[in-house]
Amino acid sequence: MTEQLNSFMTGPDEKGRFGDFGGRFVSETLMPLILELEERYEHAKTDPEFWAEMDFLWKHYVGRPSPLYFAERLTERLGGAKIYFKRDELNHTGAHKINNVLGQIILARRMGKSRIIAETGAGQHGVATATVCAKFGLKCVVYMGAHDVERQAPNVFRMRLLGAEVVPVTSGRGTLKDAMNDALRDWVTNVRDTFYCIGTVAGPHPYPAMVRDFQAIIGKETREQMQEAEGRLPDSLVAAIGGGSNAMGLFFPFLDDKEVEIIGVEAGGKGVNEKMEHCASLSGGRPGVLHGNRTYLLQDEDGQILEGSSISAGLDYPGIGPEHSWLHETGRAKYVSITDAEALEAFQLCCETEGIIPALEPCHALGHVMKAAPRLPADHLLVMNMCGRGDKDIFTVAKALGVDMSAMG
Amino acid sequence: MTRIDDTFARLSSEGKKAFVAYVMAGDPDYDTSLEIVKSLPGAGVDIIELGAPFTDPMADGPTIQLAGQRALEAGMTMDRTLELARAFRAENDTTPIVLMGYYNPIYSRGVDTFLTEAKEAGIDGLIVVDLPPEEDDELCIPAQKAGLNFIRLATPTTDDKRLPKVLQNTSGFVYYVSITGITGSAEASAADVAPEVARIKAQTDLPVIVGFGIKTPEGAQSIASVADGAVVGSAIVAQIADGKSPAEVTAFVKTLAEGAHSA
Repeated sequence: MTEQLNSFMTGPDEKGRFGDFGGRFVSETLMPLILELEERYEHAKTDPEFWAEMDFLWKHYVGRPSPLYFAERLTERLGGAKIYFKRDELNHTGAHKINNVLGQIILARRMGKSRIIAETGAGQHGVATATVCAKFGLKCVVYMGAHDVERQAPNVFRMRLLGAEVVPVTSGRGTLKDAMNDALRDWVTNVRDTFYCIGTVAGPHPYPAMVRDFQAIIGKETREQMQEAEGRLPDSLVAAIGGGSNAMGLFFPFLDDKEVEIIGVEAGGKGVNEKMEHCASLSGGRPGVLHGNRTYLLQDEDGQILEGSSISAGLDYPGIGPEHSWLHETGRAKYVSITDAEALEAFQLCCETEGIIPALEPCHALGHVMKAAPRLPADHLLVMNMCGRGDKDIFTVAKALGVDMSAMG
Repeated sequence: MTRIDDTFARLSSEGKKAFVAYVMAGDPDYDTSLEIVKSLPGAGVDIIELGAPFTDPMADGPTIQLAGQRALEAGMTMDRTLELARAFRAENDTTPIVLMGYYNPIYSRGVDTFLTEAKEAGIDGLIVVDLPPEEDDELCIPAQKAGLNFIRLATPTTDDKRLPKVLQNTSGFVYYVSITGITGSAEASAADVAPEVARIKAQTDLPVIVGFGIKTPEGAQSIASVADGAVVGSAIVAQIADGKSPAEVTAFVKTLAEGAHSA
């Protein structure tokens, strides 16, 4: 434990583990690919040309750095901590997902892969992948749960406009978990020409570390921007968690700053209870092995994986990135949950006070901010990751609020 | 010597190739499944691969996925799967049972508890799809210590450099996956498989059994002729999905076994 106390930023180990979490639990067919990917990533990671290409595209294609924005009216309304939004919803394609996709696609091109596959829940990762594939002229196939295809129709249309093939997945309950199963099945079948672009900090090693490294740009910028704005580090960081990539990206550069409080917000669905109508893996699950890694999972007593439930398709996943499981067990980060109803309330508050229509995913983070901020002093600097914009969610929100959009006028 | 070793010794002395049949435990329900499993040795099955249902079978195609869903919906659990093995073993002490599935239901139960119970239920070997050699400490090594064979999959992507690692802690037999893909997909060709089997046999004395993509008696024969045996899974499971009676399923299995044994 002494070593862990010295630094939280050295993981994963050579077996791809963060403590007991992570690892490489995949079939033999995929193992050689994962080892090759690890080797190529390790090389790229220290190659200045790789990062030069990333930086150029982050700046000119994605629009980075994203602003660190003082949410003044929200701060006044809540009457406590000084709230900043890290505006990753302003990125090209409307979410943080593209930060990671660019890195993986540049790597895929270096590896000579011509076909990119991805899974998607809310559709944001699918749109980002389809976008970057269009830019580089790569074939793109996106697996999306049939249930999500229905509730995220605008993103399905976007992906198709961008030239991607969207495959609705009907196995299981047709959500993100099932889409990931089918993407893995595709990969195992098309190993030679295909690169699997995973959208979150989960999956077999090296994905959790690689995706985190690409998303860490969020936290790096936040450090600099907060220094510039306030001359010091923030006091707390808050981010929503499905698989946990936007959160890992914000948190990682601060893990060794012990004075910075780190809070991840899981999707509490209809409430974290024994009925499992939620997606809060850490609050309501236990360790298990799925999709290539050991992590906290929603599962029954026999080790069968349970379907979660959330108003937000992007958080509707029964697992969580292994590094979050480790940060939870070591106590470095704290994890809470916010229900569908609380997220909806946050959605409306953000629209009204800041003129920002947020995605339902960061509304969970905002739901926690609404609870926490009023209890904090005015000089407490709180950064919330506004990881996606809500254009895609207006239909879901209208339905939840009982509004008939066809009757507007 | 396990029942698996004994079986290969017998087949070798008879100059025959092995026929391995896969069925999902509890598909479509416990009683029907037990009846089918009990009938397999009489149909010529040398080794029974018993699928343990899992909600997220990443290496399986739709046929076996749906079989797992049917079994789970009919109330199948790891307890019941072990009970099924025990019920079979009460009547048959020679035909090996290899439990095939995914790691989480085993991990969730606790590896030591599971191994003790599996051994006691008369299970002879394990194939756990999502445990590559890199994760041998998890289950492979404890299983060998508990007296269970841990049967590893070798695949077309397992190159010569990697093969020794794959073979190192394997026992019972080596399961060569004939295609890159999921169960029940493209048909395997003997011409592609033969050099791969030879490549593996150059590095091990263990029998090499080939599975994935074998669907017919002719397929079983042609693949078995270039290996030590053949596995059929999805094609049998598809018969169960079609609502065929245990007698009809057994009759189909018999034709597959005859195919493999004529090789």
